[in-house]
Amino acid sequence: MSKRDRLSARLNRGEVVYDFIGNRKIWYGISILITITAIVALAVRGLNMGIEFQGGAVFTTPKTEVSVSQAQEFAEEASGHDAIVQQLGDGKLRIQVGGIDTEKSDQIRTELAEELGVTESTIAAELVGPSWGEQIATKAWTGLGVFMILVVLYLAIAFEWRMAIAALVALIHDLTITVGIYSLVGFEVTVGTVIGLLTILGYSLYDTVVVFDSLKEQTKDATKQTRYTYGDLANISINSTLIRSINTTVVALLPVAGLLFIGGGVLGAGMLNDISLSLFVGLAAGAYSSIFIATPLVADLKEREPAMKALRKRVLAKRASAAAKGESVDEPESHEDAVPAAVVGQRGRRGRSTDGRR
Amino acid sequence: MAAPKKGRRPAGGQGRPGRVLVLFLIAMVALTGGMFWSGHTTPRLGIDLAGGTTITLKATAEPGKESAVNETNMNTAVSIIERRVNGLGVSEAEVQTQGRENIVVNIPRGTNEEQAKEQVGKTAQLYFRPVLTAQTQAMDPKATPSASPSGSPSPKPSASASGATADKGKDGKDKSTATPKASATTQGRPVSEALKAPSPTPTPSGSASKKPKASESPKPPANGEAALQQKFAALDCTDPKQRAAAGKATKAEEPIVACSTPEKGFVEKYVLGPAEVDGRDVKEAGAAIDQNSGQWIVNMTFTDAGSKKFQTITGRLSQQQDPMNRFAIVLDGEVTSAPSVRQTLSANAQISGSFDQQSAQDLGNILSYGALPLAFDTQSVDTVTAALGGEQLQAGLIAGAIGLALVVLYLIVYYRGLSLIALPSLLASAILTYVIMSLLGPAIGFALNLPAVCGAIVAIGITADSFIVYFERIRDEVREGRTLRPAVERAWPRARRTILVSDFVSFLAAAVLFVVTVGKVQGFAFTLGLTTLLDVVVVFFFTKPLMTLLARTKFYGDGHPWSGLDPKRLGAKPPLRRTRRAASSAAGPVDHPKEA
Repeated sequence: MSKRDRLSARLNRGEVVYDFIGNRKIWYGISILITITAIVALAVRGLNMGIEFQGGAVFTTPKTEVSVSQAQEFAEEASGHDAIVQQLGDGKLRIQVGGIDTEKSDQIRTELAEELGVTESTIAAELVGPSWGEQIATKAWTGLGVFMILVVLYLAIAFEWRMAIAALVALIHDLTITVGIYSLVGFEVTVGTVIGLLTILGYSLYDTVVVFDSLKEQTKDATKQTRYTYGDLANISINSTLIRSINTTVVALLPVAGLLFIGGGVLGAGMLNDISLSLFVGLAAGAYSSIFIATPLVADLKEREPAMKALRKRVLAKRASAAAKGESVDEPESHEDAVPAAVVGQRGRRGRSTDGRR
Repeated sequence: MAAPKKGRRPAGGQGRPGRVLVLFLIAMVALTGGMFWSGHTTPRLGIDLAGGTTITLKATAEPGKESAVNETNMNTAVSIIERRVNGLGVSEAEVQTQGRENIVVNIPRGTNEEQAKEQVGKTAQLYFRPVLTAQTQAMDPKATPSASPSGSPSPKPSASASGATADKGKDGKDKSTATPKASATTQGRPVSEALKAPSPTPTPSGSASKKPKASESPKPPANGEAALQQKFAALDCTDPKQRAAAGKATKAEEPIVACSTPEKGFVEKYVLGPAEVDGRDVKEAGAAIDQNSGQWIVNMTFTDAGSKKFQTITGRLSQQQDPMNRFAIVLDGEVTSAPSVRQTLSANAQISGSFDQQSAQDLGNILSYGALPLAFDTQSVDTVTAALGGEQLQAGLIAGAIGLALVVLYLIVYYRGLSLIALPSLLASAILTYVIMSLLGPAIGFALNLPAVCGAIVAIGITADSFIVYFERIRDEVREGRTLRPAVERAWPRARRTILVSDFVSFLAAAVLFVVTVGKVQGFAFTLGLTTLLDVVVVFFFTKPLMTLLARTKFYGDGHPWSGLDPKRLGAKPPLRRTRRAASSAAGPVDHPKEA
């Protein structure tokens, strides 16, 4: 059996395989690095806004034999931007290119005329203003704000305010990283991108909510026992839902990966890429943040509570005395209420129990 | 197998999984049948996938006001036009400026295309002008005007609010006779009793509401402009070209000649005085049903300044003789109606007549969203091919199919026998999503654009999340040493809570976006909300009952190694002697699973 097999088998049995809470500082660090990179990229490189957001030029060619996809190739080559090509009813082509100014537009017109084999004067070129793109963007921001407020309220009611805050941090983290990737890759930000970004809202929280749900259950009677600190319980939660998180993420990412690598790969740039890239990055970041950011943050916040501090003291004292007596702490009496399924798998195994002893 | 323990089961379909399943399948078949029956077997595609119509409008400045065509005004016009076309329920219409004086409107193929075309370029320049002279003409030369003079002095032929030219209207739906009833704010009592047109069907019969030719007494306007009189005499409102051109490109502060929109085979031509109130004086307008008549009307509320002006004009006109006591409501150079005034009015006016809901809403829409700062001429109306080309959709679908195949493969490898439950659930989700989307096209004008296609493909993967949550819960229970049937039942309430909370969050995102945003994003939010709802429906009424049923079989119930529920693989511990502290109520039966 390879090591990975064993790992999956252990995961399958719901064992604790990694101390997420104990190593949280590492992951916080990684996240902060990525986030800072994203922000710097945004500040320095900015975003490559598509035609809907910043306008561009539109060329109308005379009736031509050139196919839409050929024209698109020419236009994209000449301009270095995504081009939208449509055939008008009378066989003319309408070519829209984003992010270019008058000077550049003349140059593209010349090149287009050459490629299409028509005289330059027959191609009409006009600048296009940003259309509803701005409106869409403003309204998307509004939607984002409203959603965040509502979701924090909802999670505060369904769980507790600490979890709501942690979920919000994770969400902002996911969005920042996703936007940052766009800045780094230089993909054009189109309406499709905005839509992809907004999709992440619901889905990024899905995993987080699943973990929180388990956490809420695990820690229901936390103060009535003395074997685990809140952090330990949080760790057990993450581990017991790990397979769930991995599976849900894989299953959500597979179709998106299909869209991104197959759809985008076959066609090169286009709307599919715009949408699926933001989805892919967002979903991956969402899964990551639910495990490495959101839950540890909750643990951090909870451990500040007096009740949890007291619990930590009791637990540590008990462990110290147990260690002094030379007993193993890994063989607890079963304590069903506080620690269901997750811990059960460890009984009698040599599996390193990571009870978060630091 | 242990006998089912009565009273142990939580409510919610657990009791009769078979019945729930059958009902679910019946509903699904019914929906699918409905789809085929309605003939809409594919979802309506958005403009990016199916193309549509592109309308180019050219701004024309009023004589002497050429500087009005500037960036600010153009942008205002863009946002007004955008609001108008989307106000029609045409989602994802795209509006942008092109060059210095053009606005391009892209409208997706679909039910409202025609209507949008009519509304798009309407400048909605609304003026209230006093009538100086009026004359009725018969549209059809063969139809002799009925000579019976109408008994009432006030009712006048009125005009279609839609203001489209003669080449419009398949069914005369938008030929609403609008006979304004102005009502005083204080009592809200109609003042000039408008004669209701009996029906909106345009039968070319002389109606009682037209003024007989005999009563025509062209009174020259006070300032005696012979030129205007000549124009008036020459004007033939029965000619669509002349009618369209008559009131266009005129100055508000000068008298004009204008035509009414043809109504029941007759048309009126007028000499009108300078505009005294205009569209900017209208605070808001909306369609409503008149309490007294049960007819659709358009209510207008004036701004404070507008009220004052309106009071002045109605006060003066109410002292005059017919036709000088009438004021014309001129929309884009066409007289939509010209009611008589018999007393002073102030803050409100209503335009009534044989509107139907649609035409009343259209007019209200136009008046509310304000007059465009510029007049526009429609330069070209072109059909365009899809902006993205078919290959994008094809690639999307192929990629989505491959992605889904991978999902299926993953589920089979990981969940083995349980995938027999997961896969039909996925299939049910996919079918329902497709059917409902197809049905929503004609129902609410739902159009599927590429982002929504992606959203739907992704959402099916997300649906799988729900039953992964459930399966994992069941496996948790099996791990604790329960046999399968109790495990299935115990796992459900917990999994259900998780699924509901997570789906609520997704749904919240969709609902907020739907309410707040416009166009494409809104269409997408709709898809998201729909798939989330379907997710819940499928898990509750399909996956869960199916699981319950299968748990009764030997293969699953005994945890066959291939069932995905093998206690050994899951590392189940031998059943415990439960302490009295066992808080969880339903202690599973303690019979050992027989190893097969």
